[in-house]
Amino acid sequence: MNFTASKQPENCLLGPESDSQRTLYPYVTGTSVVALKYKDGILMAADMGGSYGSTLRYKSVERMKPIGKHSLLGASGEISDFQEILKYLDELILYDNMWDDGNSLGPKEVHNYLTRVMYNRRNKFNPLWNSLVLGGVKKGEKYLGTVSMIGVNFEDNHVATGFGNHLARPILRQEWHENLSFEDGVKLLEKCMRVLLYRDRSAINKLQIAKITEEGMTISPPYSLKTYWEFSAFENPTQGAVGSW
Amino acid sequence: MASSGFQADVKALQKHLAARHLIYQHQHNKQMSCPAMAQLLSNTLYYKRFFPYYSFNVLGGLDNEGKGCVFTYDAVGSYEKVGYSSQGSGSTLIMPFLDNQLKSPSPLLLPAQDAVTPLAEAEAIDLVKTVFASASERDIYTGDKLEIVVINADGIRREYMDLRKD
Repeated sequence: MNFTASKQPENCLLGPESDSQRTLYPYVTGTSVVALKYKDGILMAADMGGSYGSTLRYKSVERMKPIGKHSLLGASGEISDFQEILKYLDELILYDNMWDDGNSLGPKEVHNYLTRVMYNRRNKFNPLWNSLVLGGVKKGEKYLGTVSMIGVNFEDNHVATGFGNHLARPILRQEWHENLSFEDGVKLLEKCMRVLLYRDRSAINKLQIAKITEEGMTISPPYSLKTYWEFSAFENPTQGAVGSW
Repeated sequence: MASSGFQADVKALQKHLAARHLIYQHQHNKQMSCPAMAQLLSNTLYYKRFFPYYSFNVLGGLDNEGKGCVFTYDAVGSYEKVGYSSQGSGSTLIMPFLDNQLKSPSPLLLPAQDAVTPLAEAEAIDLVKTVFASASERDIYTGDKLEIVVINADGIRREYMDLRKD
């Protein structure tokens, strides 16, 4: 409780007092999430790193969580904001269950809710610093969507956050097709995650792949990808280079 | 309603108007005419005059007599009934071409001449496709795919066309 007299109202955007009340920059962050639709549902992958700037502070962060019966949420960005979003969703699902009316929130509804939350926080200049991926299956209909910290949202057959947009989506645009088998979907996701591992400095080689189908959600135990560093271009990086400046 | 700009604001604005349209239908037992929606959009935009919807809109539809109308907007609600318009990143490329092709009468003429464009539907659609294909050449933000919505007495129809994917 603040007993000292404040010169400005708490919700004022100007002044150092009120800056302690809103997000200015992220602290502990997660990197890309990649997801795609396959034959039976959604496959989603994310590594388990929690970076503190350039330091790899946490190495067992679960960045994908089930939401209700039908949805799976993956997040990149500020981990503490992700945890707060999980709290909001907990309450949402609780109220949904308490109706006890046989109906339950599907992925489309959860995605819409998240979009509203992110957009409204952005409008109050106090964003939740996350890029979210929401996937799920309800009554046979597969749904995969994404929301950013400023409220930009869309749904697609494959989505990614952060670096995944630049490195993974082009691969998915080429190689994704309808009715991928589970094995093919996992192989495709692993291909994307491997590229991210090579090229995203905040990626770590410890990841999980989550699957959500009509039956439910499963998340793999953490594992690592095989990498190859013996490319001749790496061994002799200056071979063939012109001049020295 | 076609909108260019910040997607989250565009979606929020379109959702807001869709909700208001639904309420209108409940209260008046009829669809909103285009001029009515035009005023509503203007008021909605000006309501956020000091924290605007970053959305540049063109509204098209039918008035109470069934005639087509087009309204063009800025981000804070200034609007005008016109025969044709373009907004967004490619508008500087598109608008002069439209002026050239549609030879709209000068707004300075007295008596005022109607701004209705004299094209048949097929010609109009062809013009739209040409215009977007041209804009895609030089505007980096325009491209991938085009959606055309045709509204007339028979109803509403959508057409799609691929554009340059670079």
